[in-house]
Amino acid sequence: MRTNSRRRIVAAVAVTCALALGTTACGASDPADESAVKDVASALEAGGKVTVWAWEPTLKKVAADFEKKYPKVDVELVNAGTGDKQYTALQNAVAAGSGAPDVAQVEYYAVGQFAIGKALEDLAPYGASSHDQTFTTGPWSAVRYDKGIYALPMDSGPMALFYNKKVFDRHGVAVPTTWDEYVEAARALHKADPKLYITNDTGDAGATTSLIWQAGGRPYKVEGTKVGIDFGDAGTAQYARTWQKLLDERLLAPVTSWSDEWYKGLSDGSIATLSIGAWMPANFASGAPAASGDWRVAPLPQWTRGAKAGAENGGSSLAVPKASKNKALAYAFIEYATTGAGATARVSEGAFPATRADLESKAFLETAFPYFGGQQANQVLADAARNVGTGWSYLPYQVYANSIFNDTVGKAYVSSTTLAQGLDAWRNASAKYGAEQGFSVGK
Amino acid sequence: MITNPADAPSDTVERAVRPRAVPDTAVEPGRTPVARPPKARPRRPKRPHTPLNPRPSVPLTLVTGLVLVYTLLPLVWLVINATKNQQDLFDSFGLWLGKDFRLWDNISRTLTYDDGAFVRWTLNTLLYVAAGAGGATLLAVLGGYALAVYEFPGRRAVFAVVIGAVAVPGTALAVPTFLMFSGMGLANTPWAVIIPSLVSPFGLYLMWVFAAEAVPSELLEAARIDGAGELRIFFTIALPLLRPGTVTVLLFSMVATWNNYFLPLIMIKDPDWYPLTLGLNAWSAQARTAGGEPVFDLIITGSLLTVVPIVVIFLLLQRHWQSGLAAGSVKE
Repeated sequence: MRTNSRRRIVAAVAVTCALALGTTACGASDPADESAVKDVASALEAGGKVTVWAWEPTLKKVAADFEKKYPKVDVELVNAGTGDKQYTALQNAVAAGSGAPDVAQVEYYAVGQFAIGKALEDLAPYGASSHDQTFTTGPWSAVRYDKGIYALPMDSGPMALFYNKKVFDRHGVAVPTTWDEYVEAARALHKADPKLYITNDTGDAGATTSLIWQAGGRPYKVEGTKVGIDFGDAGTAQYARTWQKLLDERLLAPVTSWSDEWYKGLSDGSIATLSIGAWMPANFASGAPAASGDWRVAPLPQWTRGAKAGAENGGSSLAVPKASKNKALAYAFIEYATTGAGATARVSEGAFPATRADLESKAFLETAFPYFGGQQANQVLADAARNVGTGWSYLPYQVYANSIFNDTVGKAYVSSTTLAQGLDAWRNASAKYGAEQGFSVGK
Repeated sequence: MITNPADAPSDTVERAVRPRAVPDTAVEPGRTPVARPPKARPRRPKRPHTPLNPRPSVPLTLVTGLVLVYTLLPLVWLVINATKNQQDLFDSFGLWLGKDFRLWDNISRTLTYDDGAFVRWTLNTLLYVAAGAGGATLLAVLGGYALAVYEFPGRRAVFAVVIGAVAVPGTALAVPTFLMFSGMGLANTPWAVIIPSLVSPFGLYLMWVFAAEAVPSELLEAARIDGAGELRIFFTIALPLLRPGTVTVLLFSMVATWNNYFLPLIMIKDPDWYPLTLGLNAWSAQARTAGGEPVFDLIITGSLLTVVPIVVIFLLLQRHWQSGLAAGSVKE
């Protein structure tokens, strides 16, 4: 099933295009910029219905605001499943030729896969190219592919270290600023209390690639249909070496992120830190309210002392599928939701901005988080957003690659396989799949 | 055949008939078999061992007890944990009450959370069960009766098709069904759940077999001679006779529709048309999203509320089912 999905998308899009010929433009032969921009304005004028597939909770408010501002537009927000499930549903709908939404939430790591599968509309002609300076660098580069703009960034996830201050204080352990200190702290905490772990990890593709990203590793190179996968660079090696220590000494809680056990660990302090995206505060407040006041935010530990390297973890964009029936109106909605008033409203509901204006606004930076003991946590997080390492790219089939992470790298967590061996296996399996899909894959 | 204990001959009657069917000595293990004068008999009257009053067996009792615990434990866990708030769920022992008793609060929050989505999902489920399972039962009764009573060419072929259809799991048909409904433009509408639920090959087969046993052809012939039309015969004579089988099929299809997950999962994308199974899963997925609110307490309470109606339906219908089958089994 999975192996054929991309080909199926291509085929289905071709069929859809053939059917729709004469009514809408398909593919590259888009109308000139100006007329498309005008389209957006007249589409708003004419009104209509926009179906949005998204799971991001703050979009509820945006949809309501948008309908209030444009009474002729009806926004139907549908939670068609989270992450993978929604992508499968989207692929099925595109393949079936009906039922695709007008707007879909797509995580950054998945944008490439849908863009290259020609399932997404290039938004540049609708006016997206005018937002060159609107968004921060990381998310903005994530939504562009081969000169096209396939989505608008909705939020971002620059990484930071969330740590349980109470636990660190109780055991007299200093908050780590480098990954070597992190390993030391892991040992000290676990020694002081065997139930205590520095963090949880059972193998998470997103977290692993993000830490490699921060360490300076750039395993994926994509140029058209030429793909390079190489886990042999210095950054990857440094990550694997350090993380291997934590694995070997059993210093990582065997708890899967987002499970009820995980939330329990966050609230009772048995998981002491999380290196995770800046969108995490909202989840802390709703998922572990009992630990309110215990947690703080610090910059992500560094691989070299004194450095200021960062990476992104998670984050999503809003895209317009080619199968959408009202693309201009769909674009009008995502532009509203991701820029200007819509973006600001979402930030006030707890989303972490991808827009420069919101990221630099005084109100945002000076927000005191009661959950973090009154800390102005956004100062740390905004700094992290500025320090995200450049030049990172995901595979054009990262959704698939992530789905086989636990069969390959995951072995390092449950057997005597090392992380380095696991990454090798992941590389080979990803390369094999890429070749099957018609990419020329090299190192 | 399952028989209702209430209908069985009572023990006292039986004892009166055969007062000394079993000798004293064989009854209670561990007791020395000494001959005693009749008046020194133990106070508890000894009963003969019948299938309804079996010889006690310690290992068998233990095994049955274990199975009982194994079956009931998840339900007990569910009931206990529906009384806790999210923090107590994390902190307290799973099989004992938490600090606060929050059952009523949990129920009212479950019903109102997310703009009352749970109520909407319950109504959807009821719709799917009423239309899907009700329709499936109706079709199975009509079809089963027709196949059992009327001779017509191609009956054997129908038999082969029905038996074949029983063997195909619904899951295997789900994807082709989705593509078909999608092609007809019915995907993401309640019809996509109701129409496939209408087909119950097993129900049809069951009704067929039942009708062949329960509706004597002599009775039908007598009615025909008296001048009754086929429809009248079906509704006034056959249908009451078929009631126990009907209830059985209704019970099976209701439980199947109520618990159906996969079919709605692939058919329905709009949460407004979710059944409870999908809705609860959507709440559970919330905990796995950035910015999503984990509501483990509401999921557990919601699961309890989802289980209760089906248990009630089962207990209510089971009585008809039991006595009916018993009646059928002794009919000559």
